Amino acid sequence: MEITADYIREELKQVKDPEIPTISIVDLGIVTGIDISENNDIHVTLTPTFAGCPALRMMEDMVKEHLGSYEQLGDITVATSFETTWSTDLISDEGHAAIKKHGLAPPMRNCSNISMDILEATKCPYCDSENTKMKSPFGPTLCRSLHYCNNCKQAFEGFKPI
Amino acid sequence: MNSIEALKELLYKMADDQLIIGHRNSEWNGLGPILEEDIAFSSMAQDKMGQSEHLYNLLNQLGEADADTVAFTRNAPQFHCSHLVELPIGGYDFSLIRHFLFDFAEYMRFEAIKTSAYQPLAQVAKKFFGEIKYHTMHANTWVHQLGNGNEESNTKMQDSLNYAWNYALGMFEPGPAEDILIAENIFMGEEALKAQWLEAITPLLEKSNLTIPEKATWAPIYGGRVGKHTEHLQPLLKEMTEVYTIDPSADW
Repeated sequence: MEITADYIREELKQVKDPEIPTISIVDLGIVTGIDISENNDIHVTLTPTFAGCPALRMMEDMVKEHLGSYEQLGDITVATSFETTWSTDLISDEGHAAIKKHGLAPPMRNCSNISMDILEATKCPYCDSENTKMKSPFGPTLCRSLHYCNNCKQAFEGFKPI
Repeated sequence: MNSIEALKELLYKMADDQLIIGHRNSEWNGLGPILEEDIAFSSMAQDKMGQSEHLYNLLNQLGEADADTVAFTRNAPQFHCSHLVELPIGGYDFSLIRHFLFDFAEYMRFEAIKTSAYQPLAQVAKKFFGEIKYHTMHANTWVHQLGNGNEESNTKMQDSLNYAWNYALGMFEPGPAEDILIAENIFMGEEALKAQWLEAITPLLEKSNLTIPEKATWAPIYGGRVGKHTEHLQPLLKEMTEVYTIDPSADW
């Protein structure tokens, strides 16, 4: 069969973010390049979510491991590049659903001008109420903020818009 | 100095500032006054150390040693960080004021460098800019809250601002070949950056009921960019490199 970038992209949907295992790296928007040589060597380019994200190297290895298990593919190489700047707007609609499934509030879209007021308006992932309070813009991982829902009285975490 | 050397000088001071302030921020891990603040400083530490690694990688591409070697095997005289970042964490008031003064300077620096003619640097600056916004937002929230808190909190913040001010001005120590960086549109230079920084922080400090020291008293503390440091840097490096020194091949 002919190996296409679409085929590889579908395959990479099996590779999940180690910190949010419901979302694939494709839906997270970090796969920014798939190059296929004549003898089916594959070169995948990833863009970092956060500069200090410790999951990045793990995700590089996971891509290599996953694609490496297919005999029809040649050498697999993975590189990180800042050429495409990742933002949460690159997360797909499926990705938003996957983030919510993990119990996190998905990031608001088009938030290049982030402010405390924007973060205050984060919707509760459990009951969809907008009556929430931001407790801190920093959470247990670099990509999360801490919130409290006044409606269902639960603490929750949000995926920070960036 | 040619343009590659001028670029390296710029990258080293940015990376070293990031690494050392990152280490200082991490010292609040477990000690923050409230849990959220403990997490905030630890998260910012992680951001800054990650950013420094990417800057060291750019230096590596220009022929310098790899990031770990550069971060863990130099002594104080080989570091290019400003004195502001190497000072001990002090009380929370000082750490917040330093965080405010340093991170607004970084905010302006990254914003300027987003359009640098040196593409690899412009690309990482775009990434860092998204992250630094959270840092300045955090700093401004607390400076505003404590500056406008009660007399005790205002006094503590004002005293820390007075103490930190000349160190903060030292961040903008002119580089030896800025004319090259400016001519080649790599970076606008420290003097222009300082002007933007002052413009950004002045109204915010006013709203926080805090006063910038009289201009006549300004005396920037220089030396960090050329390897002359406070007595606090070498002990920090000793602590930071302890594991690496025991076993340079250790993986974690």
